[in-house]
Amino acid sequence: MSAVAASKAGPGLRLTLALFLTPVVLWLGLLIVLPHIDLLIMSFRMDPSFGDEGWSFENYRQFFAEPIYWLTFVRTAGYSVLVTLLTFLVSLPVAFYVTKVVARNTSRFLLTMLLLPFWVSELVRVYGWMILLRESGVLNHWLTGLGITAAPVEMLYNDATMIMGLVYTSMLFMVVPLVSVLESLDDSLIEAAYDLGAGPWTIMRTIVVPHCMPGIMSGAIVVFMLTLGNYLTPNLMGGKNSLWFTEQIYNQFIASFNWNQGAAFGFLLLALSSCIIWLGLRLTGQKLSRVVQ
Amino acid sequence: MQGPAVSPLRGTGGNRNGYRTAPAEGACQTRRAWRPRSSSCTVPADGCRNGRWRAGARPCAAGVHDQMSPDIFPDLSVGNVVKRFEKFTAVDDVSFEVEQGRFFSILGPSGCGKTTLLRMIAGFESPDSGVIAIRGRDMAGIAPNRRPVNLIFQHLALFPMMSVAENIAFGLKRRGMAGGDIARKVQDVLERVGLPGYGAKMPAQLSGGQRQRVAIARCLVLEPAVLLLDEPLGALDLKLREQMKVELKTLQAEVGTTFVYITHDQSEALVMSDHVAVMNAGRFEQVDTPRNLYRRPASAFVAGFVGETNVWTGTLEEVAGDAGVVRTDEGAVFRARVAAGLARGARVDMFIRPEAVLIDPDGAACVTGDAPDYAPDYAEDAAPGGDAPLPPRGACANRASVQVQAILFDGAASRLLTHPEGSRREVMVALPQNRLYDHIKPGDRITVGWDDRAGICFAAGSGR
Amino acid sequence: MTKKLLSVLSMITVLLLPCLGQAAPKEFRLLTWKGYAPAELVEKFEKETGYKVQVTYSNNEEMIAKLRATRGGGFDLAQPSQDRISSVQESFGLYQAIDFGRIEAPRFIPSMLDAVKKNTLVKGKSYAVPFCWGTDGLIVNRKFAPEAKSFADLLDSKYAGRVSYRLKRPTLIAQAFGMGVDPFALYADEAAYQKMLDQVEGKLIAAKGVVKNYWTNGDALLESMRSGEVHIAQAWDNGGFKLHAENPDIDFVAPTTGALGWIDTFAIPAKADNVDAAYKWINFMMRPENAAVFTNAEDTPTAAVGVGERLKPAFRADFERCYPQQVIDNIKWYPPVPAKLEAMEGKALDRVKAAQ
Repeated sequence: MSAVAASKAGPGLRLTLALFLTPVVLWLGLLIVLPHIDLLIMSFRMDPSFGDEGWSFENYRQFFAEPIYWLTFVRTAGYSVLVTLLTFLVSLPVAFYVTKVVARNTSRFLLTMLLLPFWVSELVRVYGWMILLRESGVLNHWLTGLGITAAPVEMLYNDATMIMGLVYTSMLFMVVPLVSVLESLDDSLIEAAYDLGAGPWTIMRTIVVPHCMPGIMSGAIVVFMLTLGNYLTPNLMGGKNSLWFTEQIYNQFIASFNWNQGAAFGFLLLALSSCIIWLGLRLTGQKLSRVVQ
Repeated sequence: MQGPAVSPLRGTGGNRNGYRTAPAEGACQTRRAWRPRSSSCTVPADGCRNGRWRAGARPCAAGVHDQMSPDIFPDLSVGNVVKRFEKFTAVDDVSFEVEQGRFFSILGPSGCGKTTLLRMIAGFESPDSGVIAIRGRDMAGIAPNRRPVNLIFQHLALFPMMSVAENIAFGLKRRGMAGGDIARKVQDVLERVGLPGYGAKMPAQLSGGQRQRVAIARCLVLEPAVLLLDEPLGALDLKLREQMKVELKTLQAEVGTTFVYITHDQSEALVMSDHVAVMNAGRFEQVDTPRNLYRRPASAFVAGFVGETNVWTGTLEEVAGDAGVVRTDEGAVFRARVAAGLARGARVDMFIRPEAVLIDPDGAACVTGDAPDYAPDYAEDAAPGGDAPLPPRGACANRASVQVQAILFDGAASRLLTHPEGSRREVMVALPQNRLYDHIKPGDRITVGWDDRAGICFAAGSGR
Repeated sequence: MTKKLLSVLSMITVLLLPCLGQAAPKEFRLLTWKGYAPAELVEKFEKETGYKVQVTYSNNEEMIAKLRATRGGGFDLAQPSQDRISSVQESFGLYQAIDFGRIEAPRFIPSMLDAVKKNTLVKGKSYAVPFCWGTDGLIVNRKFAPEAKSFADLLDSKYAGRVSYRLKRPTLIAQAFGMGVDPFALYADEAAYQKMLDQVEGKLIAAKGVVKNYWTNGDALLESMRSGEVHIAQAWDNGGFKLHAENPDIDFVAPTTGALGWIDTFAIPAKADNVDAAYKWINFMMRPENAAVFTNAEDTPTAAVGVGERLKPAFRADFERCYPQQVIDNIKWYPPVPAKLEAMEGKALDRVKAAQ
């Protein structure tokens, strides 16, 4: 049987396929799957310096037993949802303007301008914001110079600034899928709705957003995951109050040397964020397979 | 031709034809030509009063102002509308009116400005100057969603994420109508367009013709003053298009809504419309009934654009009223009608329709299809100027000997492609499928003839 | 098609091969702190030995994490602080014992060499030799905070919005001293240590309104001090020296309870490939002329002897100004920290950060 199948497929083709797949499988297996399995096993074991080395759910129990951990997670997830929402609200008009309002050449130029800040690393961008917003920063210099504020105001190190930074960091990942779905939106649908008596707000709600839903969801998933997994922006811009869940994981691995606890946190983050995305997809009636297209 | 000899054709009553090559002058009269009930001057919103509205038109009777009431306004009136895009003038001083319940078409090649005009009526573009009024109300500054007009888009623009019923209910919801009323109205209109029970389907599940009807229903349910249609049949296949033409016409007659239809397809315009405006390079060349457009084109462009036509270039040898004699560049001499303003010696293009050209005119009954236009009152013979003998007057007066190049079989629209003797000029001749001409083969020499009123001359090159 | 594919695959293989192969034997991979391998010395060392030096910058926590991930491989020499070695060594065995026969002992200040030997002793073997030392204290802008002189001042509401410190264990230790408790004395007693941590945690949370931010990057902190945004910070002495040179109002201040002394060391990872180079680098760095180059560049004294007259006058002035004998005598040197305490501290720090 198998000999027949092999001769049918052709030995050359099979060899090629095997050769072609090997690096991919090795790559995935060695660099992604294996370490994850190792981490998963680690998350079910206790830190050797904390006593016995058997299997246990202690690391997971710790997460729910210690309010600081799950509160941090709730806070992180909540802010991530908020950031995703805000990013969408900011990105939709931008994407709409780029695709539907300006001429084709201008739109290409604008898209490039949007991409430009992302050619430098996130760290540089965040420091850029810090230079702008810090107490002795550019913005305060102008504000006091123009007499709008009497003394410089510290604009960094609060949640609002952190959220703004996160929105800025993730905006592109929302704008790009939105631009691509908006490009597929026939202008005449918008005009037809307008012609049938709808105002701009109704058009957005009834025509543009439903059409863009797959793009919105794929953008939202990316933004949500990126925000949830962000470390730099909350830490640098949020400052003293902004404990982010990734920082908890970092602390477990790096500061407390408790890799087992850190691994458990990592998997909890994965599981809980997957749940939130699943919930989001359910609520908006989207299918993952359609969204990732 | 030498000198202004007294024309034998003088005084043949050519003014009856009312040909006009420049529609801008006397626009009101042009309008009158296709408006049967034009016994009183219609008064647009304020145009007549500010004097700008109908330059050159017949002045309104003084008493009309006092009797003004909404129903004397036409559903749509467009006055001296101009729209420029940077240096390009898309719509150049266009004026027309459409009365209640009419099917009005604007016919023109792509890029002639018809879509821009339609979009201005719908409100998506605003005119640089001029007035657009709907039922007497000036539409300047009124957004598309506040205008009592609806537009059927070229590709229909049904909302793919909504069902048929939701599509139709869309406009009603925007008006804040109650849910029960909406459902009833949607059901009514679906029945009216012949799609009862289709409400729950999605647009993607419908055939092209059904989608068409949903798009119409979606607009009709809002009871617009004017329904605008932007070549909605363009995307359909031929068979369905033929069918929809008839359906649209019947539907329009049934609902009585004023339709303004733009198309580049003359057949759509001619079949469906009460009146057709032929548009070229931003201007209306002629506004008339389909029949008149076809038979009495007002310009070379109309003659060339509406229906098929053969063109001969030549020189006018005689002019008398609207009748004349043309000597073609090949040396043949034909009698034909002549557009106003052309003098003896002018270079002209003579247009003659393939179906006006009869094969073997002596063997067949020579009847022109233009009976009312038939002018028996010829003046007496005059000395023909030139060497070639002047063709006799009357039916099938013009003769030409041509060689058949190819037979273009197309059912009822079959034609012969021929060359006149000693010329490479292509002349199309209608080939009626009545078995009389089955013997004709490529290479045959045949005689063709046509009525001396069937051809019409315009200044050479004016149609381009 | 097949041929094309094969050629592409073979190209990929060729490109990947060097990555899969072992690092060149003449390479010396150093895992250290920023500034601990001045370019001038790296060049000199390369010329002298023929090794190619590859430097990776890190901090205590990440150094340990990196070595733990590779189980002590990937680097030939690391420079953790002396108090972070023994517990890590006990748990994970990241380092190999120092072969004192290969160390040129006379180049070290004997007391420091002995202290590090003692503090890194695990099962009878020592795992590190000292390199440099410094203290954690206060950097104060005297113009705005002329009286600041204790770690407790970092929590004082009169400096609200003008204070900065790291949210790391030195802060907890400093605040314990600020409360008048000696945390090092409690290392052996977990319960007492936890009680002390709870108190410190409470104080830090109560004083969250006072702190402007928890600094994470030394350069960023110096910038905030320079611009006058921050008036007192808990930071390393060399930062204070740097700022003092620019603005005489700003200086390092050893707190009344004593500056917190740290010693950074040389420790050889368990799976180091190039142990020879590691010893060569240690002995090279401890040569007085080389140690002086480092100190002059980083304002950080080393454990090398005979450096004195090679130091730049500014550093000597800084040192004499900030470190009179009684201050040096009062330095609280970090003893080796038990691993369990670090986990307790981690939680306390998380709670401080999360508190609103």
